[in-house]
Amino acid sequence: MSLAAPAATAQAAAAPLIEARAVTRILPGVVPTTLVRDVDLAIGAREFVAITGPSGSGKSSLLYLLGLLDLPTAGEVLINGRATARMDEEERALTRLTFLGFVFQFHFLLAEFTVRDNVMLPMRALGRLSGAQMRERADMLLSALGLGDHRHKRPDQLSGGQRQRVAVARALANEPPVILADEPTGSLDSKSSGQVFDVLHELVEAHGKTVVAVTHDMGLAERMHRHIELLDGRVVADGAHARV
Amino acid sequence: MNLVLDIAVTHVRAHLRQTAFAVAGVATGVGFSIMMAALMVGSQDDFTRRLVNTLPNITVSDERRAPPPQPAALTYDAAEFHGLTPEARRPGIKNPLATMAALEAWVPGKIAPSVKVQAIIRYANHDVATSVTGIDPHREALVSDLPKQMRGASLTALYRATNAIVVGDRLAEKIGARIGANITLQTSLGARLSAQVVGFFHSGVRQIDESTAYTLTKTGQILAQQTGLINELRLRLADPLAAREIAARIETETGYKSVSWQEANEDLLSTFIIRNIIMYAVVGAILLVASFGTYNIISTITHEKARDIAIMKSLGLPEPTVRAIFVVEALIIGLAGALAGFLLGYILSRGLGAVRINNPFVDTDRLPLAYAPLHYAIAGGVALVSSVIAGYQPARKAARQHPVEIIRGAT
Repeated sequence: MSLAAPAATAQAAAAPLIEARAVTRILPGVVPTTLVRDVDLAIGAREFVAITGPSGSGKSSLLYLLGLLDLPTAGEVLINGRATARMDEEERALTRLTFLGFVFQFHFLLAEFTVRDNVMLPMRALGRLSGAQMRERADMLLSALGLGDHRHKRPDQLSGGQRQRVAVARALANEPPVILADEPTGSLDSKSSGQVFDVLHELVEAHGKTVVAVTHDMGLAERMHRHIELLDGRVVADGAHARV
Repeated sequence: MNLVLDIAVTHVRAHLRQTAFAVAGVATGVGFSIMMAALMVGSQDDFTRRLVNTLPNITVSDERRAPPPQPAALTYDAAEFHGLTPEARRPGIKNPLATMAALEAWVPGKIAPSVKVQAIIRYANHDVATSVTGIDPHREALVSDLPKQMRGASLTALYRATNAIVVGDRLAEKIGARIGANITLQTSLGARLSAQVVGFFHSGVRQIDESTAYTLTKTGQILAQQTGLINELRLRLADPLAAREIAARIETETGYKSVSWQEANEDLLSTFIIRNIIMYAVVGAILLVASFGTYNIISTITHEKARDIAIMKSLGLPEPTVRAIFVVEALIIGLAGALAGFLLGYILSRGLGAVRINNPFVDTDRLPLAYAPLHYAIAGGVALVSSVIAGYQPARKAARQHPVEIIRGAT
């Protein structure tokens, strides 16, 4: 694996969409646990970033901090140049809804809703489109991800790979510029894993999205543009891979 | 459909059996509340109606609330007098026709003059203390339901004999008098009169039916030993509920004691207040117990849907929206329970109304029930509010969950 210097790509330095400044996250308790320690990084537009590291190194914790799902104990996360420390819960929720899309290791689709309804969920929460527009966009996303015929099915009628692609479609529902993925292929077989990776890759290459993915799969990490490696909550390597 | 409502309905549908139990709990509470209210208010209304219809709404008597001041007290400001007997006044309302005309000018209702005398009825070795009221049968219809309450004869039968008398059916039963019986009336002033029973009346108020009799005004005046005496003005108002205020004004204007039907039955009406407090306490307790079921189901759903809550929050659904989902679920249970309860309450009330009762102390053979939309609105409103309160706590707890903890737990 060839890792370049810790400096981020030129694009990221120019216009970071997500920036972490000396971010630390300590879990309080009888024995406080440091999940993320003093992390500085900037992620720009059209980046395809892999976050790797051994179990317990703080990969997912860092992703949750970058995605405003968690608050840093110290330091600051900036989204699109805007400090988030003083945002209230509602503002953070709106930022997640409009600027960030999440894909988790498990699809986390709402079991009682159809595939299309699941994809429409963020759009309905945002409420900027009419019902017909939402349905049209959901169908378009599902078709683009090869799930056009499955839109009326329930999640339990789909395979693992298909569900994860539905989760990607849902993450893209409100056209966020950034997709955060927490081990998106972690629960999939190699074939499905490859399909989901291809989808994420296409998002960057064809649609100009920024994708930040936590992964254990070094093979996939090497196919991404940039690779951030964590150990004990610290960034130990951050560099660019050659474009795939 | 609105997102919050859509998710709420989906959750409720997915827990149909548990939801049905919670709905049944609320429905039982609402249904029994409605039935209880129908019964309590029905019996209260029935009793009040009897009181209002049987008696005049206001009775103006020749008494005064306070004894008249001593003439010397009016003359000397600083003087105090002890041991003096109050000034004796001639019984009766002074200038009754002029007083009636003055009242008729502003009182919204009808007025009838009468003579009230306390007497003892003697018949077949029975001596019963009776309140005898001398009336004008034609005017009586304007101030009470006595003409409608007559049994065996009409009120105009009072004109048939020289000293005709109409007695309460229970009084007649007590002394064993039948129509045509000649009874003796004796007053404390020494007047003694023989009268013929020409009819009975039945008001439905036991106290009245066993201690009241009616004669013509003239006969009453003979018993009172005072020609032209009118010692009572009896009024029926267009709005009986305004009796208290109008009675107070009459008293201020005429100086005579003016008693509204509410004042005359204050002890009974205060019993109704206590009865209503008990009713609302019982109804509240029933609905409180029902709301535990709602709390239970909402807690179960929020527990089961913890992962969904986490994912909705991570997607960007704000806390109030997530909270609203579960509050709406509670509201759905409350609403369904209230609607089912309305039906149950109506059926229970109808069922209760169909039960025949054979009680010698009660006039009707059916329970008096009140079918008031207000009862439905109150029971439904309380059910909805208690459901929302019951659902709010688990909803708040669910909405406050940290999504990261749940996502970590799930993975």
